Amino acid sequence: MDNYELPDAMGHYGPYGGRFVAETLIPALDELNQAYQEAQADPEFRAELHSELRQFVGRPNPLYHAERISRRLGGAQIYLKREDLNHTGAHKINNAVGQALLARRMGKKRVIAETGAGQHGVATATVATRYGMECLVYMGEEDIQRQSSNVFRMRLLGAQVAAVSSGTRTLKDALNEALRDWVTHVDNTFYVIGTVAGPHPYPAMVRDFHRVIGDEARAQCLELTGRLPDVCVACVGGGSNAIGLFYPFINDQSVRLIGVEAGGLGLGTGQHAAPLTTGRPGVLHGNRTYLMEDEDGQILPTHSISAGLDYPGVGPEHAYLKDIGRAEYVSATDQEALQAFHELCRTEGIIPALESSHALAHAFAIAPGMRSDQTIIVNLSGRGDKDIHTVAALEGIHL
Amino acid sequence: MSRLAAMFAQLQQKNRAALIPFITAGDPSLTATVPLMHALAESGADAIELGMPFSDPMADGPSIQRASERALGRGVKLRMVLEWVREFRRSNQQTPVILMGYLNPLEAMGMATFAELAAGAGVDGVIIVDLTPEEGREESALLKACGVDPIFLLAPTSGAARVQTVRELGSGFVYYVSLRGITGAAQSDWPEVLKRVGELRQELALPVAIGFGIRDAETVARVAQGADAVVVGSALVEQLADCRDDQAAVLTAKNFIHELAGAVQKPRSVQ
Repeated sequence: MDNYELPDAMGHYGPYGGRFVAETLIPALDELNQAYQEAQADPEFRAELHSELRQFVGRPNPLYHAERISRRLGGAQIYLKREDLNHTGAHKINNAVGQALLARRMGKKRVIAETGAGQHGVATATVATRYGMECLVYMGEEDIQRQSSNVFRMRLLGAQVAAVSSGTRTLKDALNEALRDWVTHVDNTFYVIGTVAGPHPYPAMVRDFHRVIGDEARAQCLELTGRLPDVCVACVGGGSNAIGLFYPFINDQSVRLIGVEAGGLGLGTGQHAAPLTTGRPGVLHGNRTYLMEDEDGQILPTHSISAGLDYPGVGPEHAYLKDIGRAEYVSATDQEALQAFHELCRTEGIIPALESSHALAHAFAIAPGMRSDQTIIVNLSGRGDKDIHTVAALEGIHL
Repeated sequence: MSRLAAMFAQLQQKNRAALIPFITAGDPSLTATVPLMHALAESGADAIELGMPFSDPMADGPSIQRASERALGRGVKLRMVLEWVREFRRSNQQTPVILMGYLNPLEAMGMATFAELAAGAGVDGVIIVDLTPEEGREESALLKACGVDPIFLLAPTSGAARVQTVRELGSGFVYYVSLRGITGAAQSDWPEVLKRVGELRQELALPVAIGFGIRDAETVARVAQGADAVVVGSALVEQLADCRDDQAAVLTAKNFIHELAGAVQKPRSVQ
């Protein structure tokens, strides 16, 4: 592949993507698409985004050579892209800043968002405050209970958090509710979608705001090792951190791209969140992609130890990259992720998010089979402070 | 002539709008749907809109969301919905039946299979809420080939180019979403809605139904003055949800539809 240029004008990645929403939203999506195209072409917008990423987010973050763990595994050199060092502790802020700047440019005074683990909600609440906008975050009741500290953080930042009690009361239902809000307040409201899913132009726009991860990692890798990496690994829920890392490498044939889905209790149990590895194409939340659905096309409940991966769909570009074989998709179970979580804590002095621990688990599994002059970049998409309650509870410790 | 075309032709003669009530298939019970369809037809519904439940009904408000959840909880499947239409058709050959739902369950069945089974069961039109005309060219063709009308939505926000696409691809009628919002929400600016629908009736060469936000006889009467059809959904679904058994549901539906039917009898002030 040397001339990858997707999506097309209708937002399609091969058969995936597109716009599958109620008619009322189509003009809003057209307006957004146009505003985004104009902003992207405007040097002033790009300069402001760049400056915000430097001054407010703390970019560029390091590509860190995890020497101790590489030595211990006895194979490839593992480098961690430190998105966990961003302001608010995860990659989500890259996109939140981009979309909030766009919202301001479009004159929207109110932003809404959906959130699962709460990282995107916190990022959106943060930028809404930073740019003086009203902010409402939809969150499933189930997730509100699992992630109470992030709920509190959002409220500290001045956002309102709305509990969603429909369906499975998790991320997918929060997304439905945010779409309902947007359809109702489409004139004054900007919907900040947190992943590379949703109707066009969201998957492309969110990717573009996250490609800074891969752009930096590519340059840093060349600088540190003198060559491109052999493998890039990232966890995939909706797939925003993964596409952010992968995208700038798509035309580099020699670089293997591996997305790691949430294997939950094991793919055989049905208790997981791995649509790319086990699902089939369908339509949900405005785009065509791989889904976890039953034989009647009803969306299935998902399970993952990490709330951020607990989603039955995935960004349409990943669906396409899978089909054309440019990226590979595998899974890691809750147990494997937990083991990698502890390993990184004890070897490198870094507490990773449980989401990112899925990517680490796979990297640790393949590194020993590689040569020591080979390189794996793992996207450390977030820090694990938000997960210490979950991990402690598994060990019978109540914090 | 299709049942929908026959219905609109007949109502054109009387110069009045059609009343189209909506119920969710399988709610308030699995056994209620067919008796309810008959009750609606007998008490003055000109056509029936039957909701195909989906796990993620993003364009629906709380009433229809919950009805869908309850129906899925009872094990409703697409094949059952089609079977109920077939059963209804055994004793009612004239009242048009329109299915309304979301794309994914239809794709899971296979669009070609669905179109064929729907036609065979006696379905007249299909509204797929999350299928816009741009994405739905193939699906429209499959439905049309089986004699089922693909019915598209237009909204207050739809521009001229979209109206043109709907005109090209849609058939049966066009469903005008009266408000910026979800089913069951409140609409206050009816003069604006009726003005826009008046324009669309001229431009489209297709009948235009108005839905979303129509909850009582007074509003039905008002909307009926400027549209080809009036759809009432959430208000009926809410009443049915409270019924303790099928008999009560049938009675409730009859009373409510009878009241609404009176509101569409007056000839339209405009053609």
